[in-house]
Amino acid sequence: MRIVVDLNRCQSYGQCVFAAPEVFRFRGEESLEYDHVPGPASAAAVRRAALACPVQAITLGASAEQIPLPAAAHR
Amino acid sequence: MSASAADRVVVVGASLAGLRTAESLRQNGFTGRLTLIGDEPHEPYDRPPLSKAVLSGRLSTDQVRLPRACDLYADWLLDVSATGLDLAAREVRLADGRGVGFDRVVIATGSAARPWSDPVEGSLRGVHLLRGRDDADRLRADLAELAGFAGESGRVLVIGGGFTGSEVASSCRNLGLSVTVTQRGTAPLASALGEVVGGAIGARQCAHGVDLRVHTTVRRLVGDAFGRLRQARLSDGTVLDVRVAVVATGSVRNTGWLRGSGLVADARGVSCDSACRALDAERRVVAGVYVAGDVARWRHPRFDTGPLSFEHWGNAIDQAETVAHNIMSGRVRENDALPAFWSDQFGLNIKSVGLPGCADQVVLSQGSFEHGPFVAAYGRAGVTVGAVAVNSPRVLDGYAALITERAPFPPAVNATDSLGPPVPLDARFPHPARELVSASIPKGQS
Repeated sequence: MRIVVDLNRCQSYGQCVFAAPEVFRFRGEESLEYDHVPGPASAAAVRRAALACPVQAITLGASAEQIPLPAAAHR
Repeated sequence: MSASAADRVVVVGASLAGLRTAESLRQNGFTGRLTLIGDEPHEPYDRPPLSKAVLSGRLSTDQVRLPRACDLYADWLLDVSATGLDLAAREVRLADGRGVGFDRVVIATGSAARPWSDPVEGSLRGVHLLRGRDDADRLRADLAELAGFAGESGRVLVIGGGFTGSEVASSCRNLGLSVTVTQRGTAPLASALGEVVGGAIGARQCAHGVDLRVHTTVRRLVGDAFGRLRQARLSDGTVLDVRVAVVATGSVRNTGWLRGSGLVADARGVSCDSACRALDAERRVVAGVYVAGDVARWRHPRFDTGPLSFEHWGNAIDQAETVAHNIMSGRVRENDALPAFWSDQFGLNIKSVGLPGCADQVVLSQGSFEHGPFVAAYGRAGVTVGAVAVNSPRVLDGYAALITERAPFPPAVNATDSLGPPVPLDARFPHPARELVSASIPKGQS
């Protein structure tokens, strides 16, 4: 799955870190860092994290479309 | 006139602004043909983590690929640059000779890192720019190799103490590397935050072991016989032995491909109005041509300044959504969202709202410049125009409201961590208001 967090909107409440600690973490006291491409095993936890976010800053991808990449990208 | 299913929309630029424009067009019901053109061989990815988690080795560049909010049913032309825009023929020209016809075109080609002034020195191995994911992979590899050695060979030179330079320096310290940052002016981050707040953050960078050299420039980068960086000669007379240098001296907007198109475009951006519609030299709207993201140069309707480009993640989103709306709707909407950005460095979460860069005064509104969290409010001619919060991300909504209502400056905050009556200081921005004053704008233009 894919996710993106609007870090302007994020206010570091940390609900996502509780819900899916393998995907979301804090660096320092207030800086959220996360994996944009969490593995399938984390999908349920990431959905919970998105629901739990008090400012609704987490967007889940909603497309499985493949983008045709040029050969250079597979170097 | 709104777009129909027969229309063909071409988005030039396949990063955040281009992707979000495409998503937003489909979400607004666009059923016509949609093409995205990108000059990198990668699908859209998120740039902010490159200087932070990616350089520090906590995320790979594959782990910052962006999600898509919906199916795009788009034609993707990747790894190819646009080289021209022919408005009469309604065609984008590509580097491989192809032409792509359009009814509407969205210019979202972003910006590039400003290259080192001397191309021979700039091509030395070990001298890096940081803009794209390939840049980040190359720099990451060099930093990881350096971190494998101990001692003075592990020093990195960062040229320029803006946000990119400061975040790179922070990542270097995370890796245990020594780092020297040269900054032409008095303080890091000064062009965005002013010298008062930049100086406060600079002091904290120094506390994290950064060798910060203000009022200092790099005179020469010196290579060995194998074309590998060995030395940097600084304006303060120091000669540093370095194998890795990062040139972080700002950016230039990617507008070379628009030369001769009739649009008003230079290294500062493409001129457009606040509804993201391109303007010609007489400031008339150019039909069917839209601009979004870093490359857009426009006057924000909430601030009394000249045209500016906003190289912010949030601006790319806001303008992309405005473009999609204005392509699909007969009712033109202007983008008046408050500018906002963040930076994470040295354990500090720095968030900005409004336009601190146009301020003449700043006040410490909450906390302390020396220790712990703080908030600084910025004013221009007695009106609150911006706020910067360090490790205080939950207070900014209140400041955003003050900025939106053009509250008097200094604002009355009365927070428990405010220290007595506010004492406004000269914000000390190095760029003069020359860039920012509205006097340079012809009267009678909107």
